[in-house]
Amino acid sequence: MTIAVIDYGMGNLHSVAKALEHVTHEHVVVTRDPRRIQGATRVVLPGQGAIRDCMGELERTELRGVVLELIANQSKPLLGVCVGQQMLLEHSEENDGIECLNFMPGKVRRFADNLRDASGERLKVPHMGWNRVVQRHAHPLWEGIEDGARFYFVHSYYVDAADDSSVFGTTEYGGVHAHVAVGRGSVFAVQFHPEKSAGDGLRLLENFVNWAP
Amino acid sequence: MGLAKRIIPCLDVDAGRVVKGVNFIGIRDAGDPVEIAKRYNQQGADEITFLDITASHQNRGTTVDMVERIAGEVFIPLTVGGGIRTCDDIRTMLNAGADKVSINTAAVTNPDFVREAADRFGSQCIVVAIDAKRVSADGETPRWEIFTHGGRKPTGLDAVEWARTMVEYGAGELLLTSMDRDGTKAGFDIGVTRAIVDAVGVPVIASGGVGTLDHLVAGVKEGGADAVLAASIFHFGEYSIPDAKRYMQEHGIEMRL
Repeated sequence: MTIAVIDYGMGNLHSVAKALEHVTHEHVVVTRDPRRIQGATRVVLPGQGAIRDCMGELERTELRGVVLELIANQSKPLLGVCVGQQMLLEHSEENDGIECLNFMPGKVRRFADNLRDASGERLKVPHMGWNRVVQRHAHPLWEGIEDGARFYFVHSYYVDAADDSSVFGTTEYGGVHAHVAVGRGSVFAVQFHPEKSAGDGLRLLENFVNWAP
Repeated sequence: MGLAKRIIPCLDVDAGRVVKGVNFIGIRDAGDPVEIAKRYNQQGADEITFLDITASHQNRGTTVDMVERIAGEVFIPLTVGGGIRTCDDIRTMLNAGADKVSINTAAVTNPDFVREAADRFGSQCIVVAIDAKRVSADGETPRWEIFTHGGRKPTGLDAVEWARTMVEYGAGELLLTSMDRDGTKAGFDIGVTRAIVDAVGVPVIASGGVGTLDHLVAGVKEGGADAVLAASIFHFGEYSIPDAKRYMQEHGIEMRL
């Protein structure tokens, strides 16, 4: 029983690994070895920084094919986090347009710079801090987590999935309802950082560890 | 209903101990940063900032060890500042479990470092600390300058211009401390907070001078800050984090309760 956190050089892998270790006795490895990833029981795809760099590093470390195979085969649970969620879509607006892994239809868009809240205060980009996640559909990963619970976000781009049945959670910011939790089959992916979202974040990771899709 | 404003308790750490005094009921070893971070986490702090105030070379190992221990037990964002001068320093802190680093003096002496750091690690983990002091006389148009070395050394840099420059260079967040107010308990310098909040598009953390819960409310409602940072009002047990959050919520500020 091993959980592999894919290390392609982008993302705060230690935080994810430490949080997983906190909720499970399963072995957690941070690795870029394709055999260890393929041999793991579950896989986490993190990601941080610019999507061009994330896609580029995934390519350079020859892990793009490994990830594509995992999500196509649906052989084991995979959790995408932050840019690890965004990469599952078709295309991102970031860095003048980047083709992504195309696991689910839809795009990654930028929050506009002129968003305002109800009181007229200008909203900042990145969207940084604790915001509510509305659960659009039930999912085993929401088990024990209240609808509307707050999770920690830091991002300037957000997922806009084309297929409503793949959207499991949304978060409102400046009138935009970002698709912050998406999934299909054995894949679930979130824009927020469960590893930094205190009790509810740890619960989501625990649910992932217990998930048998 | 949307994004909550954040409360960030700050741990000023010297040689592995929290200074400025901490007095939690029921905690004997009050100076241990790991215990204190855990306590703030249990109370519902939205983030924690760890400031290595001596940042001497020989303390580096202790700091890294502390950050590792906090990150292994506290699952909320952790910012580490003090003595961050090179990309290697940043790499070390991120590997130890920090989510963001705060760059202060090195940003003034070498602004390109901020650009390099943001390029390499992403703006989301680069906080630039701005220590501002009012330099205009009463009655003049207010003007603030950047000071380094704990507010002793003027740089001649206009604080609002500097904030804009740092965001252009890739800062993902600004930690603004009023050197006039720091330690006074007289409240944030609302003027400089509002001026910088209006000048940049990234989140601003207000710091320096908190003495009452009304000061926290003013920082957000008048200053426009996205987050408020305080040390002593929480350390000495005058107010707890839940007290502060409830009070802010009662004053119409959306909080994570």
